[in-house]
Amino acid sequence: MAGKPKLYYFNGRGKMESIRWLLAAAGVEFEEEFLETREQYEKLLQGGSLLFQQVPMVEIDGMKMVQTRAILSYIAAKYNLYGKDLKERALIDMYVGGTDDLMGFILIFPFLSAEDKEKQRAVIVQKATSRYFPVYEKVLKDHGQDFLVGNQFSWADVHLLEAILMVEEKKSDVLSGFPQLQAFKTRISNIPKIKKFLEPGSLRKPVPDDKYVETVRRVLRMYHDIKAN
Amino acid sequence: MSGKPKLHYFNGRGRMESIRWLLAAAGVEFEECFLETKDDLTKLQKDGSLLFQQVPMVEIDGMKMVQTRAILSYIAAKYNLYGKDLKERALIDMYVEGLLDLNELLMAHVAQPADKKEQHLATIVDKATNRYFPAFEKVLKDHGQEFLVGNRLSKADVQLLETILMAEEYKADILAKFPLLQSFKARISNIPTIKKFLQPGSQRKPPLQEKDLPKVMKIFY
Repeated sequence: MAGKPKLYYFNGRGKMESIRWLLAAAGVEFEEEFLETREQYEKLLQGGSLLFQQVPMVEIDGMKMVQTRAILSYIAAKYNLYGKDLKERALIDMYVGGTDDLMGFILIFPFLSAEDKEKQRAVIVQKATSRYFPVYEKVLKDHGQDFLVGNQFSWADVHLLEAILMVEEKKSDVLSGFPQLQAFKTRISNIPKIKKFLEPGSLRKPVPDDKYVETVRRVLRMYHDIKAN
Repeated sequence: MSGKPKLHYFNGRGRMESIRWLLAAAGVEFEECFLETKDDLTKLQKDGSLLFQQVPMVEIDGMKMVQTRAILSYIAAKYNLYGKDLKERALIDMYVEGLLDLNELLMAHVAQPADKKEQHLATIVDKATNRYFPAFEKVLKDHGQEFLVGNRLSKADVQLLETILMAEEYKADILAKFPLLQSFKARISNIPTIKKFLQPGSQRKPPLQEKDLPKVMKIFY
């Protein structure tokens, strides 16, 4: 059944946010169903909608897709954001793997104790500035092109912008040693579909708060303490 | 420079094992360079070979590839183990991602402190038998075909076999309730390239023993 993709997740960023970004960058309108109660989640489970009993889940092109990376790869390929050949796809996959690892440090942040949050903030900034940002800075410097791969806008660019903005929320001047990334951030933010997504009223979600954490814990019955690895 | 792919990792399964499996299934011979000490890792980091300072790293087709999933996807696409179209690829990706989640859980067991090991084992068995294996049993039941996707061997079948065998190392009868997975296991194990990989003397690695853990930790920490 053709129609807009429908996203099933909590009303917050989590693992679904990268999917929202990519759909927006591809200019694809989507609908969302927000999980607020345990009952909603159990209904999805009993209906057999969640292959591994987990969200994110996206109804798209007649499929009930789960697993964030699988969903992102499908969207990227479908909307020509995955490079032009196998080697470009390999580069995109590598770069996205890196930004995914970086965003993984931020994903658990809202669930940490206050004390662990401060430690984690330092970890995020350290990883960003010593491991991940230098890589993308060098990629852009070496080829001097506007986009990370193949002189063409791709999933890798969208994912990197998302990661940059999320790290900046933890330390606003984190890009100060990275002139290429600063220019990249401005450039990609100005792409019309992305610019629209960055404006108030879009489907982009705000920084997760206590209410979000409470909802996730309640719906998933995930009450144990979460520690950073 | 063409030639065999070259794998850089420590001499053990870890995140490289899925890559060894896939290359073997595809019938691709490969070489391995084992990290024994921290210096070995530092050397690779310093010469710019590791994009994010991490292994696995695979030299293949003129690239120094990192990121396990990126490497697996490249190999699968190159050797026609990725389905015939976008939708088949979506299914393969979903299945593999779920299995890699279970793999992470399995891999984490050896490093659990003694007082947490029993509970962790219970979690492994619970997730394998209540979350992951039922999903794949159902996939096979629903279409009645020999392979998970598109009636043809793919990365998903290779990953499922690898994960089944690893899970069985934790609980030998873990497939007791899954007749289709049992016949799947037998069937896929008999594919010539895979059968060869399962024989002694292949490049398949044994499970990490607790006594070897300190050596591995020293390389990375």
